[in-house]
Amino acid sequence: MSRNTEVFVIGGGPAGLSAAHVAAKLGAKTLLVDDSARVGGQLIKQTHRFFGSSNRDAGIRGITIADKLQQDISEVADRLTVLENTAAVGFYHNKEAGILSQNAYERVTYQAAIVCTGATENSLTFENNDLPGIYGAGGVQTLMNVHGIKPGQKILMVGSGNIGLIVSYQLIQAGVEVVGLVEGMPTIGGYLVHASKIRRLGVPIHTSHTILKALGTEGVEGAVLCRVDEKFQPVPNTEFEIKCDCICLAVGLTPLIDLFQQAQCRMVHVGELGGLVPLHDSSMRTTNPDIFVAGDASGIEEATTAILAGRIAGARAYETIHGKSADADAIVAEAREELRTLRSGSTGERIRWGRERVLKEAGEC
Amino acid sequence: MLKNDGIITPEELTPVLPPLARLEKGPVAIIECLQDIPCDPCVSACPTKAIKMKEGITDKPLLDFAACTGCGLCIPKCPGLAIFVINMKHTAGMATVSMSHELLPVPEKGQEVTALDRAGKVVGKVKVVRVINPPAYDRTAVVTVEVPADQVNNIRAIRV
Repeated sequence: MSRNTEVFVIGGGPAGLSAAHVAAKLGAKTLLVDDSARVGGQLIKQTHRFFGSSNRDAGIRGITIADKLQQDISEVADRLTVLENTAAVGFYHNKEAGILSQNAYERVTYQAAIVCTGATENSLTFENNDLPGIYGAGGVQTLMNVHGIKPGQKILMVGSGNIGLIVSYQLIQAGVEVVGLVEGMPTIGGYLVHASKIRRLGVPIHTSHTILKALGTEGVEGAVLCRVDEKFQPVPNTEFEIKCDCICLAVGLTPLIDLFQQAQCRMVHVGELGGLVPLHDSSMRTTNPDIFVAGDASGIEEATTAILAGRIAGARAYETIHGKSADADAIVAEAREELRTLRSGSTGERIRWGRERVLKEAGEC
Repeated sequence: MLKNDGIITPEELTPVLPPLARLEKGPVAIIECLQDIPCDPCVSACPTKAIKMKEGITDKPLLDFAACTGCGLCIPKCPGLAIFVINMKHTAGMATVSMSHELLPVPEKGQEVTALDRAGKVVGKVKVVRVINPPAYDRTAVVTVEVPADQVNNIRAIRV
């Protein structure tokens, strides 16, 4: 079987849903596929209130933002088809792609594709890191907040970025004891208000520390931690044991880029954005002119900026097919201004730097 | 220090504390948000427009203590749970602290709970004097506890 669409959106997280909504609203026939059972991406696991501007979803819980985005796409259902449990498995020549649902493989012919595949979790090398009971933070969130299953009773968190801090807080809310949080850097990586939230509920935050090994044979029974020096080398005789039945790794994300490589998009390595990302311009267009990118696949950031970049990609993808549009221009201008504000200030420094590098490579600045 | 262990030191707290003269007038907010992050729901939450950000959304909030009425509407709007309202004019020797509470169970008025400091250390037993938890707050309850006056800037969480 084969399907025909104008705009083909891969991934139904905040970026993909926003891109599909804008493209369909402007008038493009749009198909969105997502490999999970419910669209919403990581938002459906986010029980905390979002930061950002109160003009756009700040102060609202992530799960509520997912509901809002789903409501948005239901309003353009006449032009937008959503396929859940369906993965995009490959790009071919002549604007064709393959999708795989439960048991059926289909071809999709598109005029513009927007790839919003998000990211994968990083792991960490330490002794016994393959013991049962060692999870990525996304896995813990899926178990806990999607399926209602506690990953353990006493958990050690590794990584003090916003994900490590927020998941620690969610674990406490779920009734799990967080026995400590370990961070290799001398300072906390995420927002300090998130750190204070878990600290005042009794979670010790060990900066300038690392995990040397997990203890246990059949499963996690504890961990050995130690101090690290300014070169992240273990300081001798500073080892100590901590009891836990679960270890959660929140040590960063890497953009999920296989499809771009298949579509022969030029890639560029930008450490600030999480690794290899498809080179793209400020319209979110990659070096393959029919393929756009938005969200974490274009560089690790967060949901609000993913929504805005998705809106830009959706508007520009529509224009690729239907020609210049003042409505599309207005959406892009508004999203760019919001992105500029959100990325300003000291916490946005690394992202700004990484984004500038991508645009420089693309010849835009 | 806050950036190393998540605990705000007294020196770090000083710039956001209301002046003594303001404390004598009754309830007032303390916004313990000391980092430039892109976030501004507190600004629009304030009915008297007492919260401002000079440099835009990534600036720290600045509270006009004279304009703040201590109403507490900003407390549940802060995604960082970083806003507290303190009232030094409660009863002789006692003050109140109002804070966000997002853990179950939500305490009831009159209940005795355990007070914790910024490091999660037990300070002692305190009495809940008010709980506000309407649907509009979307499961962020605002709990007010009665505390010894000298603990008003030390107690920042409760265990029910």
